[in-house]
Amino acid sequence: MALLRCRGLRKEFGGHVVLDHLDLTVAEHQVVAVIGTSGSGKSTLLRCVNLLDELDDGTIELDGEDISDPRVDPDRVRRRIGMVFQAYNLFPHLSVLDNITLAPRRVHRRGRAEAEAQARELLDRVGLGAKADAYPDRLSGGQQQRVAIVRALANSPRLMLLDEVTSALDPELVGEVLAMIRDLKADGMTMVLATHEMGFAREVADEVCFLDAGRVVESGPPEQVLGEPTQPRTRQFLRRIIEAGRL
Amino acid sequence: MTLLDHVPSEAQLRRSAYRRRQTVYSVLVAASSTAALGTLLVIAVTGAPGWDRVRLSFLDPQIARDALPTVLSGLWLNVRLLVCCAVGALLLGLVIAVLRTLRGPVFFPVRALAAGYTYTFRGLPLIIVLYLLTLGVPGLRLQGMPPVLVLGGIALVLTYGGYLAEVFRAGIESVHSSQLAAARSLGLTYRQTMRHVVLPQAVRRVAPPLLNDVVALQKDVGLVSLAGPIDAVRAAQIATAQTFNYTPYVVAGVLFVLLAIPLIAVTDWVTLRSARRQSGG
Repeated sequence: MALLRCRGLRKEFGGHVVLDHLDLTVAEHQVVAVIGTSGSGKSTLLRCVNLLDELDDGTIELDGEDISDPRVDPDRVRRRIGMVFQAYNLFPHLSVLDNITLAPRRVHRRGRAEAEAQARELLDRVGLGAKADAYPDRLSGGQQQRVAIVRALANSPRLMLLDEVTSALDPELVGEVLAMIRDLKADGMTMVLATHEMGFAREVADEVCFLDAGRVVESGPPEQVLGEPTQPRTRQFLRRIIEAGRL
Repeated sequence: MTLLDHVPSEAQLRRSAYRRRQTVYSVLVAASSTAALGTLLVIAVTGAPGWDRVRLSFLDPQIARDALPTVLSGLWLNVRLLVCCAVGALLLGLVIAVLRTLRGPVFFPVRALAAGYTYTFRGLPLIIVLYLLTLGVPGLRLQGMPPVLVLGGIALVLTYGGYLAEVFRAGIESVHSSQLAAARSLGLTYRQTMRHVVLPQAVRRVAPPLLNDVVALQKDVGLVSLAGPIDAVRAAQIATAQTFNYTPYVVAGVLFVLLAIPLIAVTDWVTLRSARRQSGG
């Protein structure tokens, strides 16, 4: 069964259509990479799925439940979805440990000791155990983004939304974050990632969706969409990416 | 090679020597210009034709000694009132600011009341609020009326609460929306987001202007003397009326400055610290 099913999503910002009858289905344990130019609607799609932006039309189902129904409590939905942002969005006034344990303690009502033990275990696994008591501004961008991923994982989400998580990083720090996402895939995590890393999308994604002007123009296995695109818009986009040396 | 093994180059040695000479030169210039200005000021003031009469009526050491105990006991009232009113106004300001951020139609009356409160009490002169509360309210002759001092304190809290609410609100609005998105994406409710993510950052950011308003409050608490209680300035006024000498005012002024110094120093320290934090320290 599909874990996430988006049907006919529409979103406008001040008369500008950002999502235009967009359909997207993600099966459990599947990794879907959403690619496309800036402004093609990738981030808006992820924000709508997490109910951070309100839809103008269409439905979103998570685990068969219509979460776009206004009667659904959005806080309850978001507990099942982890989201990681391009600019990390760590809480600057909290230590790494407190960033991670905030939701488990306040949302899931776990005890401090239990939440901290879980957080330390997750940090150890990604090699950041020594940074538990540091504040975010003392970490490199790559470390901050890995902490942000751990923070989302601490909620044990069913689905992870990754919004261009390596776009703000220096090139030499991109690898450590991508390695972590690779491990998540190996663990069977269901993920939707908006990305500009075409090489990584090809390697890790089960399906690639090319978004243009708020619509899915082309989707399929990465070899097909990135290797032998059938749509002129996709070819044009990939040509520019190759010219920029990113594929 | 480690940092300690580093042998500075010829050019670096020349630069260091030049900078040392410049530092010594700057200190000398600062010292002599300060001395020159100080001398000029002393000559201008003490050489003025009326200096002797001014010194007698404003700087009489005997009268200063005599006035000190009553002015000090007045100042004690200022201090007690300041502590109570500062705590009360900070709490009231925080509550009003949070109420103004509440969303949803249910909270419309609360939002409107909070907004109306900040508009009214920031516009209303403190003296009028004081008179209304300390003279008007007792006139109602209700049972269990608090003493005038408490009513005066309430007037101060109401007036300053309005200013502080706006400072808190500015802090709340300065927290970037991406922080809210991150908190909500973790499943935190609006209240939890305010309590654990927005307010801690907001309060830290506006601590310097908040403390600045407390320094201003320190001077305004004395206005309760308009309703009867004797604060430091009022005590000085009484002493002056008895001796026809203005020295008690100078005594009160000096005491006020001494009282303000620690608070201002704390404000400066907090400002400096938050500036350092923001630059990534």
